[in-house]
Amino acid sequence: MGFEQVYEYEDGKRDWGSFGLPREGRLAEQPSGGDVARADVPTCLLSDDLSEVRRRVRESGWETCIVVNEDRVVLGRLGRKAIGSDDGESVEEAMTEGPSTVRPSIGLEALLKRMQSNNLSSWLVTTPMGSLSGSCSAARPRSA
Amino acid sequence: MRSIRRDEVRQLLKEGAQLVEVLPHEEYEEEHIAGAINIRLKELNRKTAMQLDRSRPVIVYCDDYQ
Repeated sequence: MGFEQVYEYEDGKRDWGSFGLPREGRLAEQPSGGDVARADVPTCLLSDDLSEVRRRVRESGWETCIVVNEDRVVLGRLGRKAIGSDDGESVEEAMTEGPSTVRPSIGLEALLKRMQSNNLSSWLVTTPMGSLSGSCSAARPRSA
Repeated sequence: MRSIRRDEVRQLLKEGAQLVEVLPHEEYEEEHIAGAINIRLKELNRKTAMQLDRSRPVIVYCDDYQ
């Protein structure tokens, strides 16, 4: 048809949406997990000092801290119990490994249903590569 | 037609590429990549392609794993 440069984006719009890139249309106008995820959720590295991490998280008012690597890929989570304790462990020993995650494009309604059915009050949002976008909380979404 | 990944799509868009979603209109209306136009694959012909600028790159896409 006379076009010289034609490409195929093989991974398509699901891939695009999974990275929270701009979309349009009826569903795109509805809030997604990526829209309400709080990017200011505390994070730490495996090598960080646990007592220092606890102090920092408590001061921030959060009750959780996400353990990530240098590329912000999620490795685990320090939950309320781990943050509230003063036991002298390492971050690796105290964390819960491999928390469940969703992609930024998930609809808010679907995300809330998933939280309810798993009896969880928050859920992590990551890119398909596992990099942390933020934390969604049923109690205090970012947009509230 | 060469397959490209997301990063190259973004780069080509910055350079003025045109995006075409080839899925049915209902799916396009539901959600599409910002700036994309909709030409169904089975309707892609010389006439429908008239709305595209031949001097700029064209990127076609559908959902995924098609």
